[in-house]
Amino acid sequence: MSNFLFAGFGGQGILFSGKLLAKVGLELDKQVSWLPSYGPEMRGGTANCSVIVNDEPIGSPLVTKPDVLLVLNLPSFEKFEHTVIKNGIMIVDSSLVEKKTVRTDIKAYYIPASMLASDNDLAGLANIIMFGQMLKAIKLFDYSLVEAVLVHSTPKSKPQLAELNKKALSLGYNYQA
Amino acid sequence: MSRKVLMKGNEAVAEAAIRAGCKLFFGYPITPQTDLSEYMAKQMPNRGGLSLQAESEIAAINMVLGASASGARVMTSSSSPGISLKGEGISYIVGSDLPCVIVNVQRGGPGLGGIQPAQSDYFQATKALGHGDMHLIVLAPANIQEMAILTGEAFDLADIYRTPVMILADGALGQMMEPVDFAAKPVRVLPEKTWVCNGHQNKRPMNIVNSLYIQPEELEQKNIERFERYKKIEETEVKYEEYLTDDAEIVVVAYGITARIARTAVNLARAEGIKAGLHRPITLYPFPKKRLNKLADKVDIFLSVELNMGQMIDDIKLAIECKKPVKHFGRTGGVMPVPEEILDNIRRLAK
Repeated sequence: MSNFLFAGFGGQGILFSGKLLAKVGLELDKQVSWLPSYGPEMRGGTANCSVIVNDEPIGSPLVTKPDVLLVLNLPSFEKFEHTVIKNGIMIVDSSLVEKKTVRTDIKAYYIPASMLASDNDLAGLANIIMFGQMLKAIKLFDYSLVEAVLVHSTPKSKPQLAELNKKALSLGYNYQA
Repeated sequence: MSRKVLMKGNEAVAEAAIRAGCKLFFGYPITPQTDLSEYMAKQMPNRGGLSLQAESEIAAINMVLGASASGARVMTSSSSPGISLKGEGISYIVGSDLPCVIVNVQRGGPGLGGIQPAQSDYFQATKALGHGDMHLIVLAPANIQEMAILTGEAFDLADIYRTPVMILADGALGQMMEPVDFAAKPVRVLPEKTWVCNGHQNKRPMNIVNSLYIQPEELEQKNIERFERYKKIEETEVKYEEYLTDDAEIVVVAYGITARIARTAVNLARAEGIKAGLHRPITLYPFPKKRLNKLADKVDIFLSVELNMGQMIDDIKLAIECKKPVKHFGRTGGVMPVPEEILDNIRRLAK
């Protein structure tokens, strides 16, 4: 399980989540790459980023067949649902995507991340809630390492944001989808 | 936390340039290169340098000429259409024998083209960046660590050979992040810049930086002298990397981002029992002619893979003196191939 695709609207923190994963890989001394979509889709349409965390040198940084797909809007759901590999994992923000996957050969987790964020005073942190849920689903990385990297990735000038990020990660991790 | 930092290719080039002593940066924004200018604008004022957004690409390259003439380490960066605009200035810089570093984070063309990754400026970079008898040293990094290392190397090569050096990257390398360790830069011995125009209060003979020679014999002599330097560059500065070429029957030749995708394809081919290998030129000028020619003695066929309609294929044919067949596979206009597409081509040719 090495190929990850994070997809949603620009401004949802898609690129930040991807970077968080890449940094976790870096701390584990893995080969990592992070490639954003940088086309017109960045300006209001679907934004996505490819992240690869691998033991082997990475070839193409573009993930076309993700092992794990995180989806934060309907256009991305419709665009990428069919690209997930067999037995892959899909994490869906069910407060923004009402659809359920028709695929029976993948494992889908539905978590109302955006709703959980607004209900818990975690505005703008649906991406981290989603990340928490992914962390539990993939069982690849140590929770405390991810938490440490998350705190480290939060601007020093905003110490309160680090606490909110930790809360969002835990909320997503412990949510029973 | 790790000593390595996660950085975009564009940022890694900028950081490596500052660490290499680049004091002046002149640019003009263009996707997918803009993060480089942005990084310079943010960092240079705090690190003893200057970053200036010029009024155009043409202005930027001429500022590079002036700064270089005064002896500073200087860089400019752009993407394909912007590099075309710099063409005149680049030729003047070559004609004036000035060192500098020029970064091209290529996007699809011709014209304004698109903004996605491409390698369709290969001909321009290796043959015709400007008018006149001229070359630039052209370096093609394939990962972000190499973006950083080759940037440092580019400044050294420029100073040693008094020539502009181009970093030829693409939108994917510019935009993607990978871990970088900046401690890894090799050190070279550099000549003193005795030719600079930096003010001397009549303590030495006057230096003139100029690319105009009205007397044909004088200009001819200048060009001959410059080509002697090119000869030395061709003899000593060729860089390439090979993967599984020892027993290869089919060798894929690819540089930059494409080389990484080709490497995966070579692994897939090997898993099917096809004896495939990869030759990755790191210097596009000087092109690894000798090595490819030697490879041609034992390889059955070459496959050139690029993000264009087929440009490097000509250089491979020349290098191997058409001893073996050379085929091209490419995607263009900003499309990146998946490894399976390259594998299909390897399979077809291996039959």
